[in-house]
Amino acid sequence: MTMALTVRTRRTIAGYLFVSPWIAGFLLLTAGPMIASVYVSGTAWTMLSPPVWVGASNYARLLTEDTLFTLSLRNTLYYVALAIPLGLAAALALALLLNSRVKGTALFRTLFFLPSITNLVAVSVLWLWILNPEYGLLNSLLRAAGISGPLWLQSEHWAKPALVLMSLWGVGGTMLVFLAALQGIPAELYEAAHLDGAGGVRSFFHITLPMISPALLFNLIVGVIGASQVFTQAYVMTGQAQPGSEGGPNNATLFMVLYLYRKAFQEFNMGYAAAIAWALFALILVATVIQMRLSRSWVYYEAGER
Amino acid sequence: MIARERTPLAALAGITLRWSATYGALALLGALFVLPLGWMLSVSLQDAQGVFAQPFRWIPAHPRWENFAVALGAIPFGRYFVNTAVITGCVLLLTLFSCSLVAFGFSRIRFRGRNLLFAVCLATMMLPGQVTMIPLYIAYARLGWVDTYLPLIVPAAFGSPFYIFLLRQFFLTIPREYDEAALIDGAGRFRIYWSVILPLARPALATVALFCFIGTWNDFFGPLIYLNSPEKATVTLGLNMLKSQIIGSGSVQWHVLMAASLLVMVPNIVVFVIAQKQLVRGIQAGGLRG
Repeated sequence: MTMALTVRTRRTIAGYLFVSPWIAGFLLLTAGPMIASVYVSGTAWTMLSPPVWVGASNYARLLTEDTLFTLSLRNTLYYVALAIPLGLAAALALALLLNSRVKGTALFRTLFFLPSITNLVAVSVLWLWILNPEYGLLNSLLRAAGISGPLWLQSEHWAKPALVLMSLWGVGGTMLVFLAALQGIPAELYEAAHLDGAGGVRSFFHITLPMISPALLFNLIVGVIGASQVFTQAYVMTGQAQPGSEGGPNNATLFMVLYLYRKAFQEFNMGYAAAIAWALFALILVATVIQMRLSRSWVYYEAGER
Repeated sequence: MIARERTPLAALAGITLRWSATYGALALLGALFVLPLGWMLSVSLQDAQGVFAQPFRWIPAHPRWENFAVALGAIPFGRYFVNTAVITGCVLLLTLFSCSLVAFGFSRIRFRGRNLLFAVCLATMMLPGQVTMIPLYIAYARLGWVDTYLPLIVPAAFGSPFYIFLLRQFFLTIPREYDEAALIDGAGRFRIYWSVILPLARPALATVALFCFIGTWNDFFGPLIYLNSPEKATVTLGLNMLKSQIIGSGSVQWHVLMAASLLVMVPNIVVFVIAQKQLVRGIQAGGLRG
């Protein structure tokens, strides 16, 4: 009896020893800072003088007075609402093409996947020039097709669509997740549907989509979380030369994280920046919870999987 | 029923049509995906006039390979490559060690509270980094770590949820008999981790190493907020500095800027060419089980 207990106790000690790096990290780098962040968000703190407790006034200012914050929230929602559906559709279309039984798909998979793992700063510099209204690749191509392209990043209306367009170049990772899901669909399902007289379109909606719906949910949730935090492209591409001017024409690309960066590391207004971080967290949490709830009605799990 | 019957010839025509449509779409999209990279290479080989030439000459009459040397000389890129390699190397070693230790605990030892802890670990993946960023910055500033590599390296010693998850999933596929045999031989748990599990888990460790390399090499936000001295910059920071410098100077030398961007991408492309299969598998494993 005592022997059994000591074995179990020793096993528990060993288990905790092995996971101790993560536990320490969780306490020091996640839980602790989260609690501290709640406190910081209730202060006025420039790091030069001690923090002054101001209660909820940072949040009150965010939600009622700060029009730039409201704009950054709107810009972020706009970007997510445009980039995610287009990105998912593009990734799925590419995956479907790669999944068709023709030879040489490995080469095309390589081409579609490569841009997504290259360096985002380098990609941003490249697209800065691609999107140049006069000499850029995009408008040159449009001109060849007889269309005079917009000013892209220099236009208040086209700056965000320009960044969305660029994001489509990086859908390779999303595509791979779809491709794995497509390859997991048993061929018998399609054969049975074919015998029942179902065409390609019906098979897609009644077999393909339900079978890959878990992958779709995964890509959707991960995509929304990532796109809500869009920063590097906007910082590199719409900053021009003067520091502090990041945010594009008339702040058209001032996204939440860019605004947070501005407040925290250019104005050193730590309390206010922490409040913005919590607003971002709330946005992501609400979006994720809503998607999980809605997913119950459209995500199909094979029996026993969940 | 009769209308559905097709002659063999019509069926063949249908298949041929579908094949050519698929190839056509693949070729068109493939070209669209390659075009920006090809254009980048082309611009980086032009001279200052060629960049703005209308119509643009894709293959310059005299390719200027020296643009790459000019880019390397415009700012101390060699130094930035070394800086980034040092940071990436440290992060890589710490991450592989810490994440595999934790994943071993989460997959091969049964202990009270394990499932709860693992659930918490997974949940933290959802947390946007910005929530903890400001208190962490303040803490690092108090420790005197700002403008050193420590804030970029030390956190790796505590593991990262996604890599822990990937490794745990792989460890679960290793039969328990290996552990039991080693236990009977009198090996301690650390011995089992080190000499039994780690060697068997090489493919999974390689996948984590790849993701970690790409993530750290490409990181921009971390170096941006923690590094102030120009000589300590990473390549991403350096490229952004060069961009601001060139655009700010008025004489926009896009050929130099493109050459520099291409150089920054080289390590990514090399890693990609060597290890595409492993990257693909890693992304798909994360997506299917997530």
